[in-house]
Amino acid sequence: MTEISMAQALNAALRDAVKDDDRVLIFGEDVGPLGGVFRVTDGITADFGEERCFDTPLAESGIVGFAVGMAMGGFRPVIEMQFDAFAYPAFEQITSHVAKLRNRTRGALSLPMVIRIPYAGGIGGVEHHCDSSEAYYTHTPGLRVVTPGTPQDAYDLLRDAIDSPDPVIFLEPKCRYWSKEPVSFTRDGAAMDRAVVRREGKDVTLIAYGPMVATALETAEAATAEGWDVEVVDLRSLNPFDDETVTASVRRTGRAVVVHEAARFGGYGAEVVARVTEQCFHQLHAPVLRVTGLDIPYPPPKLERHQLPDVDRILDTVARLQWNDEPVVAGA
Amino acid sequence: MSRETPAAALLPSEVPVRFLAEDGTRVDQHGGYSDPPSERLVEAYRLMVLGRRFDAQATALTKQGRLAVYPSSAGQEACQVASALALTDADWLFPTYRDSVALVARGLEPGEILTLLRGDAHCGYDPAKTRVAPQCTPLATQTLHAAGLAHAMRRRGEDSVAFALIGDGATSEGDFHEALNFAAVFKAPVVFFVQNNGFAISVPFEKQSAAPALAYKGVGYGVRSEQVDGNDAVAVLSVLDDAVAHARSGLGPVLVEAHTYRIDAHTNADDATRYRDQAEVENWRAADPVRRLETYLTTENLLSTNDIERFQAEAEKFAAGVRDTLNADVEPDPMSLFEHVYAVPTRQLAAQRALVAAELEA
Ligand SMILES: Cc1ncc(C[n+]2csc(CCOP(=O)(O)OP(=O)(O)O)c2C)c(N)n1
Repeated sequence: MTEISMAQALNAALRDAVKDDDRVLIFGEDVGPLGGVFRVTDGITADFGEERCFDTPLAESGIVGFAVGMAMGGFRPVIEMQFDAFAYPAFEQITSHVAKLRNRTRGALSLPMVIRIPYAGGIGGVEHHCDSSEAYYTHTPGLRVVTPGTPQDAYDLLRDAIDSPDPVIFLEPKCRYWSKEPVSFTRDGAAMDRAVVRREGKDVTLIAYGPMVATALETAEAATAEGWDVEVVDLRSLNPFDDETVTASVRRTGRAVVVHEAARFGGYGAEVVARVTEQCFHQLHAPVLRVTGLDIPYPPPKLERHQLPDVDRILDTVARLQWNDEPVVAGA
Repeated sequence: MSRETPAAALLPSEVPVRFLAEDGTRVDQHGGYSDPPSERLVEAYRLMVLGRRFDAQATALTKQGRLAVYPSSAGQEACQVASALALTDADWLFPTYRDSVALVARGLEPGEILTLLRGDAHCGYDPAKTRVAPQCTPLATQTLHAAGLAHAMRRRGEDSVAFALIGDGATSEGDFHEALNFAAVFKAPVVFFVQNNGFAISVPFEKQSAAPALAYKGVGYGVRSEQVDGNDAVAVLSVLDDAVAHARSGLGPVLVEAHTYRIDAHTNADDATRYRDQAEVENWRAADPVRRLETYLTTENLLSTNDIERFQAEAEKFAAGVRDTLNADVEPDPMSLFEHVYAVPTRQLAAQRALVAAELEA
């Protein structure tokens, strides 16, 4: 296994999908000869031809709507929105058509397509290049929403997403594009719907996804100095939500903190907290807390360190988890 | 210096293409377009009579509470019927909420067409089998789907065409412009057919667009464009036949604007007297597409009184069938709510399905 970056893992997944299935087509803005602004589609046009990977006019609604038609016509489009906030012109196509066509036609038409969106901040980008838009998509029935936290998951999740008969919003944490690890290209096909325990621990569960997985793992290491044994769950699939894995973890540890970069109010973390509380109430020693981005438009690069949850902020929150309370046991 | 497609080759004719004056007599305003075969015109007439009756019946059924809503296309029959007649079974039609009569002309069952407006399900027919996309409500979005599907069919080696219907108001939406541009760049075999019926709900054309005609909007995208008298069935059929042939032969998309008029209100729920004069409506009634074609065909001895009576009787019978279908009480199955949300159902949905099932048991 060679050590590769998340961007390279995504590139490998795209290549393997194009190779394995004639119906898979890649298109979007600058994805052709340039290879995408993050080089995720690097060399695919050169190796597979313009028929398989091509540039489109610059119009996000156009790209998504065109992909709807091409999926209706038997292809499997894998399209790229250049940056998170630039997918908003396509929001109507995504919510009104991509998410609903299967239901509207009572199964007669399905839309196997993947919408790749580089998302979230942490790269010093200027405004409109750093949004965490997951809540818009997870709130829309009919969409699957996934986000990898590691290069291996990037490969596995993207292959699974392309094979999925349902449309998938594929959120790529751009601050992790360059993180590396050894990646195996044999898939077990199980990444798509399942969360995974990234690090085991006894005292508290950190629930994270996408860009925050690495931050949560760092926090877990740092927490040992406080004598806390921290478990980290990586959701991977935001919708559907893997209650089983998450609940099992929180029942073991009795404490949980949800970490995400997106703004807090009405955010995805609220859904996670609600589900965990509903299902683990009697095992909880403390309220489930959130560490999130601030409720502000994404700040300019020189201020983004205040926006992003970091190890200190997460540790401070973990410290608030009422460590001295006796556990309340169900039925006791 | 000459360019591959000079703008002049894309321009619509100066005045809308027209074969028939309002009184049904011949006029020579048809440029290079040729007369459709007479059997085709008689068939168009038959379907227009059927369509008008269907439309009146559907509107009546809203008053009886059998349909939740119905957007009438009375006055637009020439456009509606020609849209269906211009296509083969292998072509795809992308209709809007207003285009039920086009679906009647395409041969779909009234019960299937009215499923959406009745409120039973979002689409009552099988788009994969009928090659008719679900009637689209979000404005202009379907034009992109048509462009994408047209491109897909061409890449698969089919010579089918996608035909997208769109209203005048919807041409102001970004998706319409993106669709024209995509279709032109990819040379996708798609026909965009704008039925300019004068209003977008209450907003008249003058407040919608400053263009001399919507047909000009194709030119800037490199799309061949044309305008036609939308109440002249001979002209609409001829222009659409030509547009479909152009697209089918691989020459790229075509935009056609039909100048027509919405005789009834936007839907049964709308009060059109708040935004337009009855005199204007009466003027347009004089341009009625059904009567115009009827006068022409009878003058040319292509249609007898006997034929007309036969078609009217057929339309009456058809309307009776529509009533029977709509008057039958069919309760949609609540458990169908959970079907086809995902191809692979989610665990969350399974839990909610169980909840509704339990509520139904109780
Ligand atoms: C994106 C969007 N905005 C608003 C509406 C509400 N709406 C429904 S029909 C209509 C007017 C459309 O007018 P036009 O395109 O001229 O078509 P017509 O109804 O006259 O056939 C409006 C504003 C909608 N359906 N979709």
